[in-house]
Amino acid sequence: MARAAVRGRLTWTAARLAAVRDETASARTLTFAVPDWPGHLPGQHVDVRLTAEDGYVAERSYSLASAEGVELTIQRVPDGEVSPYLADVLEVGDEIELRGPVGGWFVWRGGTGPVVLVGGGSGIVPLMAMVRAHRAAGGAAPFHLLYSVRTPRDVYYAAELAEPRPGLEVTLLYTREAPPGHARPPGRIGPDDLAGLARPADCFVCGPTGFVEATSTLLVDLGHDPRRIRTERFGPTGA
Amino acid sequence: MSIVSRGFHGRRGGDPALPPGQYLTEDFPVLSAGPTPRVPPAAWTFTITNAAGASRRWTWREYLALPAERPHVDIHCVTKWSKLGTDWEGVSLDTLFEEVEPDAPYAMIECYGGYTTNLPVEDLLDGKAWVAHGFGGEPLHPEHGGPARLLVPHLYFWKSAKWVSGIRLMDHDEPGFWEAAGYHNYGDPWREQRYEGD
Repeated sequence: MARAAVRGRLTWTAARLAAVRDETASARTLTFAVPDWPGHLPGQHVDVRLTAEDGYVAERSYSLASAEGVELTIQRVPDGEVSPYLADVLEVGDEIELRGPVGGWFVWRGGTGPVVLVGGGSGIVPLMAMVRAHRAAGGAAPFHLLYSVRTPRDVYYAAELAEPRPGLEVTLLYTREAPPGHARPPGRIGPDDLAGLARPADCFVCGPTGFVEATSTLLVDLGHDPRRIRTERFGPTGA
Repeated sequence: MSIVSRGFHGRRGGDPALPPGQYLTEDFPVLSAGPTPRVPPAAWTFTITNAAGASRRWTWREYLALPAERPHVDIHCVTKWSKLGTDWEGVSLDTLFEEVEPDAPYAMIECYGGYTTNLPVEDLLDGKAWVAHGFGGEPLHPEHGGPARLLVPHLYFWKSAKWVSGIRLMDHDEPGFWEAAGYHNYGDPWREQRYEGD
């Protein structure tokens, strides 16, 4: 079991926004300075708490994008309560509260066995933490990341994912619009996209409910062991 | 003392039916740790085994022949969403426990696909819990736990295990799937018992 998951009571702690980086037109990565951050496993999340002047409180959960330190990538959800604040209003130097890390299931615990990561949209975030932890560990495990996005403009971490890295294969699956010259026609993820993956492998699938349902069903149909497919679903609302 | 978030106003429904830290959703989000198991009703059985080793098994047909209730309840997910006034159809666990003596204080809920969750037996009795096979007037969809799931609405919704296959009574408490992964052993939303130590 995760050391971080059993260290006892998770207390709220102040987190100061230290840096901001735009990922797309509607998402940005926030780097927080959190004193005494205990470290985390890639795939874990934090709870964020915002308090208004009159004491009103809102809480949400966000996956950690970083392998070390606290980085969250926030997709602005139209009509959302918390994400527009984090994506648009919060400025470097501002403080929020968070607690974590949380979660002991959707995590990569290292090792050298093959790993398949399949992300849809903002579901890339916890998978990116795994990709970064894989690099930090030397890249010994064969990793294959399949990342489904609408258009090239919707790709998070684009420059970082374009860098060649030992042990990591990255496949972008565009659903609406592909870059010029891209071999695969735009479309939703299908059996052909998943047929060539390593098997057996530890599979991590994260994205909207429909994407995760479709992908995990395809993986099972292709012969992957359901017990080795870990999923995390983003509901239609949230953020 | 909380930190005030400059410029944060929030939506504040102020609904007293919402436990602390929860927000209202009109959708029905899906949360599962793995692929959705496909359990044909013809192959579905539900088994209660008590601490003395006595057990009772129901087939789908036998289960559907039991008197059903229509609970109208609020549900609260540990991931922060709540859904108010949901309509279910299911069989009270009081009805099922008429045929197996509840002779131990703890229960492990077991499911197709391997998921488990633990809770005190007293939280399953006295009209507080059901095996549910209908939602919103329809058969329960597989994504939401069909053919049948547990429904224990007074606890966080991970206790309402999907694709339920049975209940094993225990003299000593043991953690289930999420309870072993850092989540709270009991999970009362009104006391915000999300994680271990809350």
